[in-house]
Amino acid sequence: MTEAGTLIDIASWILIIAGLFFTITGTIGLVRLPDVFARMHGAGMVDTMGMALILVGLLLHAPSAIIAIKIILILAFVFFTSPTTCYALARAALHAGVKPMTSDASTNTTDSQKTESKQSKT
Amino acid sequence: MMFAAAALGVIVAIALAMLRAFAGPTVFDRILAVNTIGTLSVILISVYGFLTERPEFLDIALLYALINFIGTVAVTKFVQFQGLGYPVGDHEDGDV
Repeated sequence: MTEAGTLIDIASWILIIAGLFFTITGTIGLVRLPDVFARMHGAGMVDTMGMALILVGLLLHAPSAIIAIKIILILAFVFFTSPTTCYALARAALHAGVKPMTSDASTNTTDSQKTESKQSKT
Repeated sequence: MMFAAAALGVIVAIALAMLRAFAGPTVFDRILAVNTIGTLSVILISVYGFLTERPEFLDIALLYALINFIGTVAVTKFVQFQGLGYPVGDHEDGDV
């Protein structure tokens, strides 16, 4: 293997491992965090850092220019749509009456935070 | 080897997100988890294309990214307004 090929392989490994770290950490956050607004943070990690690092790792192995352009298109599209989706979802959740978990209601971090925060608001 | 490791990690992440999609107490948790599964499947299709040395799979991944956005916003709007038509009833906030 040539020198440049080895360098590209090493860089690609580093990027993909970092992307997998962010992806799995984000999904663990999606499972473990206490309410829907906190879980959006975990989902955002997957949508930005995890996705971008893995796809840039693939980009280094692109055999032709059109493949690279397609990867960049996917990256650009997800970078615009992911915050839009999160914003719409947060707004819909707020309108539906899901109360964000505030610090004075955070003694119990189970899924029963809805009733708790209602009590603390009054 | 590299792409196989990436595909394996993404599959583990999809399994974790699936857990939240089944368990989510509110409908918004489920929508969020399904949106994350959509993003992860875009990554998985791209990685699989490179794994089998057929990067043309990226076309499918691009399409999944488009459908994922439209689908999530449509489901969110449907949950909020009980309908997808325009105008959205007499709701004072209009669109999502």
